[in-house]
Amino acid sequence: MADFQRWAPEAQSHLRQGPGLWVKLRLDPWLLVLLLAIMSLGLVVLYSGSGSSEAAVQKQLVRYGLALLGMVIITQINLRNVQRWIPLLYIVGILLLLAVLLFGVGAKGAQRWLEIPGLPRFQPSEIMKLVVPLTISWYLASRPRPPHLIHVIVAVALVALPVFLIAKQPDLGTALLIGSSGAFVIFFAGLLWRYLIAAIAIGAAGLPLLWMGMREYQKQRVITFLDPESDPLGAGWNIIQSKIAIGSGGIEGKGWLQGTQSHLDFLPETHTDFIVAVLAEEFGLIGVCALLSLYLLVLIRGLMIAGSASHPFDRMLAASLTLTFFVYVVVNIGMVSGLLPVVGVPLPLVSYGGTAAVTLTASLGLLMSIHARRPQRT
Amino acid sequence: MPWSKMDTQRQEVSQFTARLWWSLFLIVIVFAGLVARLVYLQVWEHERYATESDDNRQQLQAIAPTRGLIYDTNGTLLAGNRASHSLTLVPERLVGGRRGIDNVLAELAKVVTIDQDDIKRFKRRLNQPRRPFSPVALRFQLNPTEIAQITVNQHRLPGVRIVPELVRFYPLDDGFVHALGYVGRINDRELAKLDSINYSATHHVGKLGVERFYETELHGTVGHQTVETNARGRVLQVLDRLEPVPGKDITLFLDAQLQQAAAKLLEGKRGAIVAIDPKTGGVLAMASAPSYGANQFVTGISYTNYQALRNSDDLPLFNRALRGRYPPASTVKPVIAIAGIDSGIISRKYSIWDPGFYQITEGGRLYRDWKEGGHGRVNMHKSIVESVDTYYYAISHLMGNDPMTKYLAQFGFGQMTIADQPEATKAVLPTREWKRINRSASWFPGDSLNLGIGQGFLSATPTQLATMAMVLANKGEWHQIRMIKSMDDQPVAKVSDIGRNDPKQPSNIELTRSSDWNKIHSAMTDVMHGNKGTGRRSGANSSYKMAGKTGTAQVLGIKQDSTYDAAKIAQRFRDHGLYIGWAPAKDPVIAIAVIIENGGGGSSAAAPLARKLFDLRILGAKPEDKPEVQAGVKNDG
Repeated sequence: MADFQRWAPEAQSHLRQGPGLWVKLRLDPWLLVLLLAIMSLGLVVLYSGSGSSEAAVQKQLVRYGLALLGMVIITQINLRNVQRWIPLLYIVGILLLLAVLLFGVGAKGAQRWLEIPGLPRFQPSEIMKLVVPLTISWYLASRPRPPHLIHVIVAVALVALPVFLIAKQPDLGTALLIGSSGAFVIFFAGLLWRYLIAAIAIGAAGLPLLWMGMREYQKQRVITFLDPESDPLGAGWNIIQSKIAIGSGGIEGKGWLQGTQSHLDFLPETHTDFIVAVLAEEFGLIGVCALLSLYLLVLIRGLMIAGSASHPFDRMLAASLTLTFFVYVVVNIGMVSGLLPVVGVPLPLVSYGGTAAVTLTASLGLLMSIHARRPQRT
Repeated sequence: MPWSKMDTQRQEVSQFTARLWWSLFLIVIVFAGLVARLVYLQVWEHERYATESDDNRQQLQAIAPTRGLIYDTNGTLLAGNRASHSLTLVPERLVGGRRGIDNVLAELAKVVTIDQDDIKRFKRRLNQPRRPFSPVALRFQLNPTEIAQITVNQHRLPGVRIVPELVRFYPLDDGFVHALGYVGRINDRELAKLDSINYSATHHVGKLGVERFYETELHGTVGHQTVETNARGRVLQVLDRLEPVPGKDITLFLDAQLQQAAAKLLEGKRGAIVAIDPKTGGVLAMASAPSYGANQFVTGISYTNYQALRNSDDLPLFNRALRGRYPPASTVKPVIAIAGIDSGIISRKYSIWDPGFYQITEGGRLYRDWKEGGHGRVNMHKSIVESVDTYYYAISHLMGNDPMTKYLAQFGFGQMTIADQPEATKAVLPTREWKRINRSASWFPGDSLNLGIGQGFLSATPTQLATMAMVLANKGEWHQIRMIKSMDDQPVAKVSDIGRNDPKQPSNIELTRSSDWNKIHSAMTDVMHGNKGTGRRSGANSSYKMAGKTGTAQVLGIKQDSTYDAAKIAQRFRDHGLYIGWAPAKDPVIAIAVIIENGGGGSSAAAPLARKLFDLRILGAKPEDKPEVQAGVKNDG
């Protein structure tokens, strides 16, 4: 039977068009084109944001190349065949996070990196961005859906452990991304609305209690965190300057390399977390809306892939990865435009930096892999 | 596949699809929100932000708080602030921006003196993390001519500014630096440790002594203002302002007259004097000689001057009062006597026959008394009055290490008991364990004999010796030894009152028979007033009684240094003269320790100095001796 199946299409290959290059490589042309478009726009802005540094652009270009190569490799993997390795990945990930807390290195009071002799320095928390949604999807896929309360509790615990370890580094941005990626899987597993509403209600009720239990200086920190402008010399400086950058850009922007805020060093972190302020200053509302449209198309394509997947594991994973990508965009732009408190979340596929680019393209690779193995409609 | 299962699967898929649609709905709503926010910032508020960005007319400036003042116990100003003009550059506003710096420096050098040292330090400051458009200092303490020269040329030097700022000023300067410490410009290492926001407008930080210990309190809290400037950076209008909170004022126990007198008595010598108020534990005077001027460190001492201070054989930078470790010699004898009788090892009537030496074993090494031929029959009283070494060889041989080190510890030996002088050291109280660890040897009877006369491994700082004098004067009652008397007029009895950690302090000493204190007091009074007392020449002709103990420490070895000439070497092998004591003998108001390095015997080198300070404290200064005291904030700008 297998021989026949393999043979049959080939026999008719002279009659109809064979499978295209995209299908052979199992790549999704839509996602790929969007990805390349965002990356190209990102490099243009990065050149300006890094102070016209060709070195930075070249370095980022190499990273993108490696990330795309990694993506192509990932799309060749049939996730369902490697599912049984997922729990092992999770355990290794947790051990690495513990190692970071014990022996990690870092700067500015945060301990995020791990140095293992013979390997490049890396952030185990980045790996968990993929491992956590994989683990929760694997766990809930083999359980009845909608999940029973006990399975929800186990799933929440599996998410909470790495989130707690990462928040302790401290890296609130990554903890937030990983926590939401796990929550999305649980949601798409068909979590009953009443559990969802109960969870939201408990969270809302717990906040005032937490507030009352805090000491005065802790409250002060929360206030500065929520309202950075009350501390204009410290945390507020970045936000005030990035709002000036965005606002002064207007509709059409000041033009490429013409941004005064970024080029006069008023704006901090112009090539990393705050790069969207450079885009907004130099390309105006039009530029940011163009980028947002590209992101929206990626999200729609991701949801389409999730919708067309057949296996529950594929469905939950695809939906979770797509919505996590959404959280990246919203938290970063919300923070830079002064809507959300400042936590370190990069702008996906645009911010300078290797690790985030690799995990993001890898998650898009997972989406493509899921898409390539969707049931063919006849 | 059973139908029911197919059914649940179909149900699950339709639920999943519904949730995807919900997600898309959420995504669109949130994206619309983001776009709304961008429209608000970029269209609605565009005018405002465009103005703010335009030349960045509005600037946030940090305002440095005024550093708290330091007064002596009578309200004489010891550390104030005065205006000083610095030459600063705002690199972003220079012709040619940051790349134009070298041209501007060359241009400025034609107008004012700028040496390579200034440029080197300027470049270092320039590379420190800084806020854009904040000025970087190039030269300090401009004189009026230089100010005029720069002002005349300012039109062709955009970005160059003269900035007045308040800097520390020590009106009495010399002779106070070892008590107060000083402030200096913040260096890279300190910059990393300080709170970068609170210090964003501050250029100086306490480097030593009181200035360093009370840095947090003296510094205050930074303020800020938003100002509107023109393109050249000149402030046109202050838009809003949060006033800085000035640092707290500190009053010390230090008595400026006593301190100046102590410093004067030490002039030309190497040594230290520490005086403590026995009723409070407050430090009345803390002098170390040779000394140096603190004001030169505030604006940056020149390299040559600093090297001269550093390389001097007399070590002027070394704070002998807090860090000098001297053998206390005979000044510990009262404590050793207390150890002997209070531990019950010797009776109160114990006496010996002193032939002028002591031997641990028949025919062994001779431990000699300072007086050839000896003192004859010696009891405890006589042993203190005449400082009989043999008596202490005998009783320390009987006691061994443990009771002696236990009692010495109760008087503060081997401990940090001064609360607010971070540079103080513990010196060495040689317990058996100390010797095992540091000398890898066990405790020998000979070590006990040396310890009994305050020599050998035992060492103490002048501050510790003054503390011992205080505890003796108080009959065992302790107070926290500290510089601070009050902060912003709030009395400070312990540094824990202002949230600092108290040093570990021995508890008050309760003797089994409290009348033993009187025996010691009477012996120490006879040191000064008895007809055979070692300090009788310093105690003579006084209207009040005083108590004390002299000491003469043998200098066993000094570090061999080829730069010493022969005369100097001979001089540096002379004995150290020491004295501890208090006055009046009953109801004391001053406890003191005096150490004169290589000064010879304690009774001739140290005790007369203490007597002069006793007189000053108790009788007051004679009008012609009154030291010159300047008051108020000196403002030479």
